[in-house]
Amino acid sequence: MIEVLFFFEVVLAGLLAGTMYSLVALGFVLIYKASSTFNFAQGAMVFFAVLSFVGFMEQGIPFAAAFVLTVLLMIAVGFATERLVLKPLVNQSEDTLLMATIGLAFVLQGLAQAVWGVEVRRLDLGVGDFPIPWIADNLGLFVSALDVMAGVVAATLIVILALMFKYTKMGLGLRAVADDPGAAASIGIPLKNIMLLVWSAAGFVALVAGMMWGARAGVQFALVDLALKALPVLIIGGFSSIPGAIVGGLIIGVVEKVLEVYVGPSFGGGIEGWAPFVLAIFFLLWRPEGLFGEKIIRRV
Amino acid sequence: MTSKPATSPFARGDITNFAVLMTLAFLVIPLTIPNGYWYSSILIPWLCLALAAIGQQIVMGYAGQLALGAAGFMAAGAFACFNIELRIPWMPFGGSLILSGLIAAAFGVLFGLPSLRVRGIYLMVATLASQFFIIWMIDKFGWFKNYDTSGIITAQDIVIFGYAFTAPLQMYLVVLVVVTLLTILAINMTRGSVGRNWMAVRDMDIAAESMGISLLRTKLQAFAISAFYCGVAGALFAFTYLKSLEPVAFDIKLSFQILFMVILGGLGTISGAFIGAAFILLFPVVLNTVGNVWFHGMVDATVISAVEQVVFGALIILFLIYEPLGMAKLWENIRARMRSRSVPKAEVPRQQAS
Amino acid sequence: MMQARNFPIGAPVLEVKNISLRFGGVKAITDTSFTVYKHEIRAIIGPNGAGKSSLLNCINGIYKPQEGKIAFKGRVLDQISPNIVARQGISRTFQNLALFKRMSVIDNILVGRKLHMSANFMEVAFQLPKARAEEKANRARCEEIVEFLEITDIRDTPVGKLPYGLQKKVELGRALATEADVLLLDEPMAGMNVEEKREMCRFILKVNDELGTTVVLIEHDMGVVMDISDAVVVLDYGKVIADGPPDTVRSNQDVIDAYLGVAHD
Repeated sequence: MIEVLFFFEVVLAGLLAGTMYSLVALGFVLIYKASSTFNFAQGAMVFFAVLSFVGFMEQGIPFAAAFVLTVLLMIAVGFATERLVLKPLVNQSEDTLLMATIGLAFVLQGLAQAVWGVEVRRLDLGVGDFPIPWIADNLGLFVSALDVMAGVVAATLIVILALMFKYTKMGLGLRAVADDPGAAASIGIPLKNIMLLVWSAAGFVALVAGMMWGARAGVQFALVDLALKALPVLIIGGFSSIPGAIVGGLIIGVVEKVLEVYVGPSFGGGIEGWAPFVLAIFFLLWRPEGLFGEKIIRRV
Repeated sequence: MTSKPATSPFARGDITNFAVLMTLAFLVIPLTIPNGYWYSSILIPWLCLALAAIGQQIVMGYAGQLALGAAGFMAAGAFACFNIELRIPWMPFGGSLILSGLIAAAFGVLFGLPSLRVRGIYLMVATLASQFFIIWMIDKFGWFKNYDTSGIITAQDIVIFGYAFTAPLQMYLVVLVVVTLLTILAINMTRGSVGRNWMAVRDMDIAAESMGISLLRTKLQAFAISAFYCGVAGALFAFTYLKSLEPVAFDIKLSFQILFMVILGGLGTISGAFIGAAFILLFPVVLNTVGNVWFHGMVDATVISAVEQVVFGALIILFLIYEPLGMAKLWENIRARMRSRSVPKAEVPRQQAS
Repeated sequence: MMQARNFPIGAPVLEVKNISLRFGGVKAITDTSFTVYKHEIRAIIGPNGAGKSSLLNCINGIYKPQEGKIAFKGRVLDQISPNIVARQGISRTFQNLALFKRMSVIDNILVGRKLHMSANFMEVAFQLPKARAEEKANRARCEEIVEFLEITDIRDTPVGKLPYGLQKKVELGRALATEADVLLLDEPMAGMNVEEKREMCRFILKVNDELGTTVVLIEHDMGVVMDISDAVVVLDYGKVIADGPPDTVRSNQDVIDAYLGVAHD
């Protein structure tokens, strides 16, 4: 019974950690859907956003104002990226765009550190990283309050984005652009505005993800490496699918936790560092388009 | 453009360039630079990293496979060399290097397998797995580190024919010989049928296959040879530059650096590997000097390293936009312009006429 | 047209037997059969979307037909992939240019010599006699092709920088370099003006006449087709509607209907 409870705890912790990966992956999917660009810089954006947010707060700016300020900053970043990086590289190969976003990642993480410094910041969101007493007492499960909040925030954000995507005019335009950018432009859907909106949304998602991660592990450079795990998430879920990002994140979260707890000790631990990537390889060999991606048919 | 001999991929100018470079590297530098700093802090790491960059160049610049895990293969090579030296005492150093390269090549083939089904970022994620897995494996299994608990192991001395190469100049010469040899082999491969097959797969895989090129063999061959170069580079890097073996020295940051070397240096050129390695290695040195001289050490070292990241990232973007063939092409253009200025206009051979 | 040829038309060399190809629910080719004879120039014609290119891609091994067989020199290939087919002696060009863009013209053509070069990477790396000899011989062969196609002045230019017509020529050169028994040419004259087309026809006829190469080509220009081909297959909606010498095919009612767009029942 204890073992079963413990297993549940592990799985739950994995699921909650997985929502964090989903959040990073979500920003990635948004940009990929709209522009077929693999935005490697999404992880750096997470770091850039939350470090700026904490930096603003250190300057004495209140929480809400700092949040708004950071959102505006991320919109500016999106605008600059669209203008300075993507526009000049339009019609280039996917690999070129990917390399450019790797460059962008370094620009963003370097800028953030140059401006705000490299020391680890604490971020207090008012919810601590301790077990929720009620659940601990009644169910015998130890679940971190912070994890639960992160999970709830992530879920809310995902639902909002999914709804926006489905029902708003902007979302419709976005889907049209994703289907066929040329056709969308020819019927008068302003491509540039859509790109700007998408990059802003990705920036906003990055900020939220960064706040959740930051509250948990401290605001520090390691977030960039952590965010790399969004890549296997995307491979498992499929690069163009919002549900894919969510399910992929949850799978990675659970698998790496379960492996770490049950298999890790016999190897001296640390397998969560590579397990998601190796899992991704197996998925690539089995189903390269991901769980939710569309099957790629190559035409000659 | 001077007309090339139709039967060989080499021009006469190549041989002159080669002779000049060799004289410079083997005679002029050893005779004029007595300072150990130049060897141990600039020339040795430059040559080692350039060798790794050639490896990255082969798989990415020539075969067009977006791999990001060069440092992992370097680590495999470095620790393989350490263990061979430790456990097979009679093995000559050259033999250890070749074996280390072969062990790295085996990993290269293993993690290159996904390239048969995927490309682009998918492949990059698969190769990242090799980076994380290899480092973890070395770190967690004590055998690789000879059960040393301190975490840092001193590399053995390089002994060739009973003579220990320990002084900076001596180690420079060892590295120089290996790098020169492997560079010549790489140039031969890239200019011959092997390189053409790689580039054909890079530029249009279906057409390459229709000409009888096996994608499976060609891709795995590129991965294996690339990892071999990285493995040898890693062993040299650990034995002559770091002089110690620690897995963290080969973390993902180094993989990114090597990636940047080939992108900035120029994808699909061997010279680009050397130019890119020199830039990535020297730029921080210059930046630090500037920080010390102009700002008298007022600027924090972490800020300087952050600025470095911004500059590298921005340069990548700029080069991709304005000169996708990198610094090697830039250099070629400058030289061509200088040449055309020095020659009277009427004598410039026209490309179209022949 | 039929005066003394160096290589008279001979036995069947390529037999397509009851091929059917579907993409998901879409039928691209339905139960198609025809035979190509040795040394002939065979044209495949048909309206857009008739399945001509798909048919070539099946022969070439890029697409795997769900039903049917393809026999080459009397042997059915059970495992077909482009590289196996190439080894059997079939080479091709593509409808939408598939050149190696960053490589020079001469290097593109040299890739066509792949199956004539057998030095392994060690022999090439160390420039052993075998590697040097075969590089020399094959380069010389490619120079001949470059001369034959009259593109000597652009031999060192990266093909990506060439105009469309020249790229088509380079692609033909690459296919010729393979010295395959059968050449599959997918719209070799698309986008060319009359003069360029005439030139291209001359090359194709010359190759067929001097080397005896069997040519299967897809072409839209009926004038060209009637001029140079020995036999014509007409496809419509993935089915063969006519097969025979140009004159017979031209007067076939189904063919006229297909081209005039008469409604199908």
